[in-house]
Amino acid sequence: MTQDVNMAAPAAAASGSNTELLPMYRDMRRVRSFEERVGELFVRGQSAGSMLHLSIGEESAAVGVASLMRKGDTFTTHHRGHGIFLARGADPNRMMAEIAGKESGYCHGKGGSMHIADMGLGHLGANAIVGGGIPAVVGAGLASKRAGRGDVSIAFFGDGAMQQGILYESMNMAALWDLPVMFVCINNQYGMGTRIEQATRGVELHQRARALGLRGETVDGLDVRDVREVAQDLIDGGRAGNPAFLAIDCYRFFGHARMDKSPYRSEEDETQGRAKDPVKFARQALLDGGADEAELAALDGEISAEMDATIDFAVAATPPPLTSMFRDVYASDQPEPEPVRTRIDRILAVE
Amino acid sequence: MAEMTYRDALKQALRDAMTEDDSIFVMGEEVGRYGGAYGVTKGLYEEFGADRLLDTPISEPAIVGAAVGAAMSGMRPVAELMYVDFIGMTMDQLGNQAAKIRYMFGGQIGVPMVLRTQGGTGRSAGAQHSQSLEAYVMHTPGLRLAMPATVADAYHLLRAALRQPDPVVFIEHKSLYAMKEEVNLSAPVPEWGKAAVRREGGDLVIVTYSRQVHYAMQAAQELSKKGVEAAVIDLRTLNPLDFETIRRHVEKTGRVMVVSEAAMTAGVAAELSARIHEECFDYLAEPVVRVAGEDIPISVSVDLEANSVPTPGLIRDVAERMVAVRSAA
Ligand SMILES: Cc1ncc(C[n+]2csc(CCOP(=O)(O)OP(=O)(O)O)c2C)c(N)n1
Ligand SMILES: [Mg+2]
Repeated sequence: MTQDVNMAAPAAAASGSNTELLPMYRDMRRVRSFEERVGELFVRGQSAGSMLHLSIGEESAAVGVASLMRKGDTFTTHHRGHGIFLARGADPNRMMAEIAGKESGYCHGKGGSMHIADMGLGHLGANAIVGGGIPAVVGAGLASKRAGRGDVSIAFFGDGAMQQGILYESMNMAALWDLPVMFVCINNQYGMGTRIEQATRGVELHQRARALGLRGETVDGLDVRDVREVAQDLIDGGRAGNPAFLAIDCYRFFGHARMDKSPYRSEEDETQGRAKDPVKFARQALLDGGADEAELAALDGEISAEMDATIDFAVAATPPPLTSMFRDVYASDQPEPEPVRTRIDRILAVE
Repeated sequence: MAEMTYRDALKQALRDAMTEDDSIFVMGEEVGRYGGAYGVTKGLYEEFGADRLLDTPISEPAIVGAAVGAAMSGMRPVAELMYVDFIGMTMDQLGNQAAKIRYMFGGQIGVPMVLRTQGGTGRSAGAQHSQSLEAYVMHTPGLRLAMPATVADAYHLLRAALRQPDPVVFIEHKSLYAMKEEVNLSAPVPEWGKAAVRREGGDLVIVTYSRQVHYAMQAAQELSKKGVEAAVIDLRTLNPLDFETIRRHVEKTGRVMVVSEAAMTAGVAAELSARIHEECFDYLAEPVVRVAGEDIPISVSVDLEANSVPTPGLIRDVAERMVAVRSAA
């Protein structure tokens, strides 16, 4: 099921200021629920490996920005990109199947969690190389500029990628050529076990972009409405050829990947960090704005059921056939690489 | 004798070397407080302190480049790349700087650094975290290359690497870290640059390295039950390459299989096969056969991943057929 993230909210719960927030709450809740199911898939031994990076705590970044994207826009993500993709309208079943390494996944079980993509939604690819997906938006921006459609291309990455040189090469080109490009740093305070202050003296991340002639802002990720407001301004500018950088402050709620229990940070750090919970915050804001608890609970329940089903879908899905391993190394009208076994057969053929 | 893991043997090698030689230090992502992505340096930060276990930002080209400069300035850096898949990002510093400095500058100075990293399949880590890229290194003159297969070698090769005058790329295998073996670290070991004959056998010789040594040994044991005796050579270092040990076994058996987890085309197995054909042609009863990784990226799917590299079963089947071909001829 592919949902449009801008789909109208259920009418009953949407009153006044809640009209804008409710769909964003729903999308954030879907991200949170999906990620929880990814964790469950791993615990059940049904995921392909353990290198699964949950974006719990970062929902406002995903939804705040992705909800502003339109058809034609493109984006790349990092290894913690499930939420962004889902917020952009991905089918959670096909996502979960990919995370399980199954044939019906977005990339037929070849890419997995860290290399998921969907050209139909403008997702040019998640990336397991820190910083690896950043320069592609410069090229996408060039193409968009040439076509004159006003499509923007957005690179999403973590705070860890702020120390990769390729980011600065990319931002410099984007500024130099006035490209419709945006760089979004999801600053969850950690790169594996390294806190941002342990990785750099320059924690005012947006200053770096400004030094290169881009517009640069930092926004707190607690309230998705704040994220969206700042992002809106920057994306609008981006479409007009003023490339921008946005750092979104949030907290990585759980370990780096599924095997990491975060022994390098204190309980206090986690308690404090998890207080910045954009999903909880939005829900409370909805209630404060007059939403009905029962209706919200019903919405949460619906989402829960939807996401439970993704696990069933992924578990029931079949693994890719072995012969598929040779497919898509090159274009489909090209010969596939010859299997090692075939080559050996030829050598050992007895006359 | 003590039972030890590959991971702990590496750690012990670092510990012993750092205790002996004050100029040795480790730098890389998560090597200090975190203890290494695969736990190799766990505890060393507490033992040696932040000056000798440098946690770096995620900046691979600068990590390798800084190691080059430190090595040229009297220190002995052990730079760590978390995955060998990131080697491409550092290839200028490694291939154009580290590898060429001694030569370009007319022998004035060397770059005695070790680049520790790990590669290979086995964790559903996908296309960008599962590769076997040793050919990039072996193809670059000026770089030494070690790839330990056993727990004892994890220790001894790393110790030896830290005594080399030139840059050494040291590639561990991610699927071996938890492997345990009984080891006596003070027992005599093959010297640096010498292959280890893990098994003798007169019917054919399997030449390999890293994890595939274990697959070859498994295959050889099954073959033995069927009356086929395979010698297994563990190269230990690919540069220097101990071709004499290979030659001796080729001359004895006349049948050679080269096994490598890396993509077959233009890989280490291709180099070995070419050289055996060139130098031992008259002794060969049949062509050298390469059993290597498919010429494809590694998938995250467990099935596709496992079947895109050699398995013990494949090695065994091919060996049986090689011997049968000879007997039929
Ligand atoms: C080039 C490269 N270096 C190192 C890694 C290993 N690694 C994977 S994620 C990660 C931390 C990234 O931190 P950040 O960019 O902040 O993203 P987060 O995990 O916090 O979302 C590291 C070091 C990698 N995948 N690629
Ligand atoms: Mg981070």
